[in-house]
Amino acid sequence: MESSQFKIGDRTFKSRLIVGTGKYASFEETRDAIAASGSEMVTLAVRRIELDKAKDSILNFLDPKLYYFLPNTAGCFTVKEAVMTCQLAREAGLGNMVKVEVIGDEKTLFPDNEATLEASKILVKEGFQVLPYCTDDVVLCKKLEDVGCSAVMPLAAPIGSGLGVCNPFTIKLIHEAVKIPVIVDAGVGTASDACRAMELGIEGLLMNTAIAGAKDPIKMAFAMKAAVHCGRLAFEAGRIPRKLYASASSPLDGLINTP
Amino acid sequence: MVLKINGKEKNIHSSDNLADLLLELEIVSPHCAIALNQEVIPNSKLKQTKVHNGDNIEIVHAVGGGL
Repeated sequence: MESSQFKIGDRTFKSRLIVGTGKYASFEETRDAIAASGSEMVTLAVRRIELDKAKDSILNFLDPKLYYFLPNTAGCFTVKEAVMTCQLAREAGLGNMVKVEVIGDEKTLFPDNEATLEASKILVKEGFQVLPYCTDDVVLCKKLEDVGCSAVMPLAAPIGSGLGVCNPFTIKLIHEAVKIPVIVDAGVGTASDACRAMELGIEGLLMNTAIAGAKDPIKMAFAMKAAVHCGRLAFEAGRIPRKLYASASSPLDGLINTP
Repeated sequence: MVLKINGKEKNIHSSDNLADLLLELEIVSPHCAIALNQEVIPNSKLKQTKVHNGDNIEIVHAVGGGL
């Protein structure tokens, strides 16, 4: 059974899983894991070309007819770096939808929210569709929506930590507070985390390390595809409320009597 | 002339604009982008953008990355 489609900016998706392309052993493994994930949008980083090395490109392994590209500003610590990286990504032919990250702390890789808001504001004015990576702050997410972002991407746990969804209540509050899509970004460790995140009703989920770092990335990509789908279906189906006491599911009428 | 390209000084012999510079460096990928002295140059303007001794040039492309 299909779950509902969803839209970010001018792009429509069947898959609610967005995957990163970092940390894989080879371009071939990247290609195969992404195919297994069923994802329709992949993130890419923008880096200096190594002048004296062979110039094979990851783009030779990712068919632009199958995937939307989502360049990111990973590794940027200032507004200027993030804005310039997005401008370069657009000139490099990666489109005008960007994942804005401005990191504020090297140890936790937590975002600098103030700088993220500032960079988002500038990029929206320059015609980008902006998807900002941010902490799970309701007020911040509303401000990001107000400046014209196409989605918000609050973290579930630190990048690459695999701790799972540490903040289900704030993620839910953000989802209630904004009208733009909420994509949970970072923190997922395994399939049950992905499923649980999707059961909160968020529109999508972005991950990289949980797949690329698994012992068998291709198999984990399949698992994540299924988990995201299951979580979304369960959300759409509507779970039963939690209750403290038992409630029998067999009828009480017609029970046999014993003397 | 000497240009600083991706953080390293490099002698350039036959290029006076960014399009020729890419050819001289044997960069043929359509998916690269250039910043000249911290300003991103549209790909449509590479030919008409002159380079001068001491210019700082960044040439980037897409690589695998997530977060």
